[in-house]
This record gives sequence, structure tokens and C-alpha cells, in this order.
Amino acid sequence: MTGTTTRALDLRYFAWLRERIGEGGETVETGAPTVRALVEELREREERYALAFSDLRAVRVAVDQELADLDAPIGNAREVAFFPPMTGG
Amino acid sequence: MAVRVQREDFDLGAELARLREGRTDIGALVSFTGLVRDLDGRLREFELEHYPEMTARALEGIEAEARARWPLQASLIIHRYGRLAPGEQIMMVATASAHRQAAFEAAEFLMDYLKSRAPFWKKETTPEGAHWVDAREEDEAALERWEERR
Repeated sequence: MTGTTTRALDLRYFAWLRERIGEGGETVETGAPTVRALVEELREREERYALAFSDLRAVRVAVDQELADLDAPIGNAREVAFFPPMTGG
Repeated sequence: MAVRVQREDFDLGAELARLREGRTDIGALVSFTGLVRDLDGRLREFELEHYPEMTARALEGIEAEARARWPLQASLIIHRYGRLAPGEQIMMVATASAHRQAAFEAAEFLMDYLKSRAPFWKKETTPEGAHWVDAREEDEAALERWEERR
């Protein structure tokens, strides 16, 4: 492939996603254009990611601390967070 | 017009007194307090995780939306995180308005939104082990009635 650039992106994991992945966050090198593409990259990396992201209906996303959906572009975002449906209140 | 995210407990009475201090234009002050519930005495531990960099901002966004929809004179959201014991206060919302309908509706709106749009996750430990509390479908459905009325 030509013209593919990657850059550093901070990832954050919360609740059972954090537990399944085994850490609260990390910095990755990625060229993924969307959150969904990023999830695909992670799934292929290691079994623990495949397990954490096995059911995407149970995963919510924030891009730079704003709720977003899986097809959201990553653009110039600095941080992408993954977590289960929220249970505040 | 305030949001606080904190580990410490809060004094509901003192918070409400502060909210209306020095004011005579408030006719209705509504508050809701959420507590750690232990229906059958089996709850060993209760923990609230959150996303510190996002939480206050998310709550402020929800509060701003309520203030755009109802004529509120004052509002307050306090949400705790960390390890809590059964019976402890988890969070509160308060809304003040000239009339009760706006205060009641805005308080319900705040609760409905922060249930499923504020980045908190509850973990309960019972004798069988620890589990993350599932989001309830009713909570998501509760948002729809506000969407319709936009």
C-alpha cells in the first residue's frame, strides 16, 4: 500500500472491557480511518481483544470524550475510549 | 448550574439550602437522591467506575440541555464514584423553578439522561462473585419520550 500513514492514538478501556483487555489504556500506532476499522485492527492483534470486542452491540464509544458511534471517523482525534453501556444514576 | 463529581459523600439538606440561599424567586425545588440498594442483604461491595476526563463534561452537557428546555432558576448534579456501602448516597440532582412542573420534569430529564449517557459503570459483588450491572432496556426507552418532545 502506498500513502498509508499511521500515527499515535491513545485508547482507553472501562469496566468489563478494561478487565478483558487487561489494562486501562494504551497508545497504539494506527492508520484506521474509523472506530470500526480500529476495532478490526485490535481484534486481529490478540485473543484478548477479540474476546473484548466479540459483541459490538455491547460496546459504546467516545472519541475525544464525546459519545460517538462505531462508524465515526477518527480524524485528528487524540483519544478513543471503549466501554459497555453506561449505568449512572 | 453546577456539576460535581466526587468520591466523598454530600449533605443533601445543606446542598438544597445553598441552592436557594438569598433567593425569593424560586417557587419549586425538586431533588432526587440515588442510593446503593441492597434488596436481599447479599451485596458485599459496590463500586462505581467512571471516565474522569469525560464525566463532568457529559454531565454539564446534560444540564445545559435541561436548562435550554425548562425555565430553571438553579440546578445541581452531584455524582460520586469509587467504593460505596449499601445504603450510601450515590448521586443527587436538584432543580429549581418558579413552578413545580418545570422543576419536576427537568429533574426527571436529568435522571433519564445521566442513567445512560453519563460515563459511569456499576460493579456489584455478592457471595457468588463480582459482576458489572447491565444497562436496562427501560433506561434507554426512557430517553425516547424526551426525544419525541424535542
